[in-house]
Amino acid sequence: MKKTIFVGAATVVTLAAGAAMAGTADDVKARGKLNCGVTTGLAGFAAPDANGEWKGFDVSMCRAVAAAVLGDPNAVEFVPTTGKTRFTALASGEIDLLARNTTWTFSRDVDLKFEFIGVNYYDGQGFMVPKELGVSSAKELDGATVCIQTGTTTELNLADFFRTNNISYEPVPIETNAEAQQQYLAGACDVYTTDASGLAATRASFEDPSAHILLPEIISKEPLGPLVRHGDHEWGDVARWTLNALISAEELGVTSANINDIASSTENPEIKRLLGTEGTLGEMLGLDAEWAQRAIAAGGNYGEIFAKNIGEDTPIGLARGLNAQWTDGGLLYSPPFR
Amino acid sequence: MTTLTDPPKEHFRLSMLLYDTRYRSATIQVVALMGFMLLAAWLLSNTIQNLEALGKPVEFGFFSEPASYDINQRLLEYDSRDSHLRAAFIGLLNTLVVAVLGCITATIVGVLVGVLRLSSNWLVAKIMTVYVEMFRNVPVLLWIVFAMAILIESLPAPRAFRGENPTATMDLFNTVAVTNRGVYIPEALFSRSLGDIHFFGESAMRFDVSLDLIAIIIVLAGSIFAMRKVTAWANKTQEQTGDRPKIWHILLGLIFVPMLILLVALGFHLGYPELKGFNFTGGTHLRNSLIALWLALSLYTAAFIAEIVRGGILAISHGQTEAAAALGLRQGRIMRLVILPQALRVIIPPMISNYLNLTKNSSLAIAVGYMDITGTLGGITMNQTGRELECVLLLMLVYLAISLSISAVMNWYNERVKLVER
Ligand SMILES: N[C@@H](CCC(=O)N[C@@H](CS)C(=O)NCC(=O)O)C(=O)O
Repeated sequence: MKKTIFVGAATVVTLAAGAAMAGTADDVKARGKLNCGVTTGLAGFAAPDANGEWKGFDVSMCRAVAAAVLGDPNAVEFVPTTGKTRFTALASGEIDLLARNTTWTFSRDVDLKFEFIGVNYYDGQGFMVPKELGVSSAKELDGATVCIQTGTTTELNLADFFRTNNISYEPVPIETNAEAQQQYLAGACDVYTTDASGLAATRASFEDPSAHILLPEIISKEPLGPLVRHGDHEWGDVARWTLNALISAEELGVTSANINDIASSTENPEIKRLLGTEGTLGEMLGLDAEWAQRAIAAGGNYGEIFAKNIGEDTPIGLARGLNAQWTDGGLLYSPPFR
Repeated sequence: MTTLTDPPKEHFRLSMLLYDTRYRSATIQVVALMGFMLLAAWLLSNTIQNLEALGKPVEFGFFSEPASYDINQRLLEYDSRDSHLRAAFIGLLNTLVVAVLGCITATIVGVLVGVLRLSSNWLVAKIMTVYVEMFRNVPVLLWIVFAMAILIESLPAPRAFRGENPTATMDLFNTVAVTNRGVYIPEALFSRSLGDIHFFGESAMRFDVSLDLIAIIIVLAGSIFAMRKVTAWANKTQEQTGDRPKIWHILLGLIFVPMLILLVALGFHLGYPELKGFNFTGGTHLRNSLIALWLALSLYTAAFIAEIVRGGILAISHGQTEAAAALGLRQGRIMRLVILPQALRVIIPPMISNYLNLTKNSSLAIAVGYMDITGTLGGITMNQTGRELECVLLLMLVYLAISLSISAVMNWYNERVKLVER
């Protein structure tokens, strides 16, 4: 009898100890690896290349955080998530950071208890159709069959759009981008709708991209950004300021190519604070002084990451548009490093 | 002579709970039960507490909020402004549809294959064996995805039916369109319809029942009742006079004439699918997600049912067959009249668990985008509201209720076919 009580008590104690979570930043440092949630595969944003190495715009965000916190941009464990599984993965602690073209919405922020650390891509929902259908506006889509990814804002916007325009449609719910692509190409749906950036990326991977067009309508605001669990503000700060460092670096002209020269020669106090040659910003974050230098060196500043993965010189060919620096008429605006 | 002495009066001591074999097992059970209940209570309170700490207390209010998403296959009217509960109800009906269709098809195919596996024709028996082994040994999820892929990739898209020289044409005298979005078949329409009756007002469970359908069922039931009466009369006459009166034309008339009159009165006609805009409209649309799921589930489960049927038949001693043959019965009749009725007693109980399996396996529907209750309540609703615990609890309750209902019906049937012991 005594033994039973003892064993029972011991279990309760260990479980209680497990439940009290340490900070995510400490967990990541202790583990030596960042668990980063990405898509199951969307060229340009997050997809494994021929060598099995993850590449892309969202992947670069993971690598920058890993570089800042762990000093190694490759110390990342990429966890592929679908629109449906991503939030459970983050809430359960399976991943430390979710960088998977996820729209910042009120309910995800407030009700689902996540913390969006910023916006790394200002997007909106669009429609893609085969050219041969001869459709030139989304309002002509009455009666069409539409492929959508479930568990996304996309399916909610879609319902609203067709409802307000008083036209009907047949939704085909699908779990991943790859399946949607297969159904769309086989003609099992007339239209594929998701974030315009995702459509451009998907179209770029088609055999004949020119046979498909994006309709002019953008039916929603989709500010896409990385997110972390609500409540762990230290970790949220690390992620937020890593993103801000990448954006500020572009604004200040710091690139992965010139960062070493600039770090040793610059007289600009803001750059000095950013790169840790002056002040104690790193220490305040619980990191060392060179955290931002490593984050920028990992894949370049925001502009470099954009150009390399999804920019106009890539097959995906996205223009900066809203995602230009505020000084160029865009919406990117990092708070100051001071 | 022996003197009877009372055994020494034994006093109950606490240690006997452990060392006395008379009490020990009870002690262990009580302790184990207490431990189990403690664990359950701890898990429950911990879950509730943790959710509360996360700021997500358990509550079901969100079910009455608008669902905001659309569902393609809906047996009842539904739009994106209806509540989450309504969406779950629509999903539940979709689950039931595929489960019922699947169970019926699986039974027919399963019994057929089970019997044919015992065929004396070598080729037939072998083909059936290959079928059973193929389906039994590959996970059903793969069959579902495979069926869907075949439908999508091999059938023509609706746009192939368009234009001057369409590459695809409709089947069965232009009444059926087979496309990679599903099969469109003619639907029954009534120009002088009796209308519907509404149940449950404005609640999430509201539904309409067509009075036309009720009328058809009533007339059909009346016809069958009359036919039985006539048959009984014919039997009686045969027993009394030795001559069986000719009744087949009466029976035929009884079943067809009232139904024809009713259908004409209701203004029955067929609505045919036709290509309009992006899709076929009119007719009934069997989506390929339904077809793929239905096919895969039934063929998969049929393989197990076939084995059960075969086992049931083999369990009936061969003497029965020989005895029936000695009486002059033919092969088919031996099977139908002698073997199968007895085999049923062995077959029914394991059949129940196969029906339950099929129903539960239907929750894989989302793999092909079929909006069953797992897809609506356990999928989109759960995802968009973030109420995992509530949704999963309700989902488990629903499946439990469905499973218990199936068991109840099948057990009742089992009672009926069971060997009557005297
Ligand atoms: N921004 C929307 C949609 C996100 C989404 O699902 N995007 C698609 C296409 S842009 C995607 O990332 N698919 C990749 C995959 O299937 O893993 C949301 O957050 O709900």
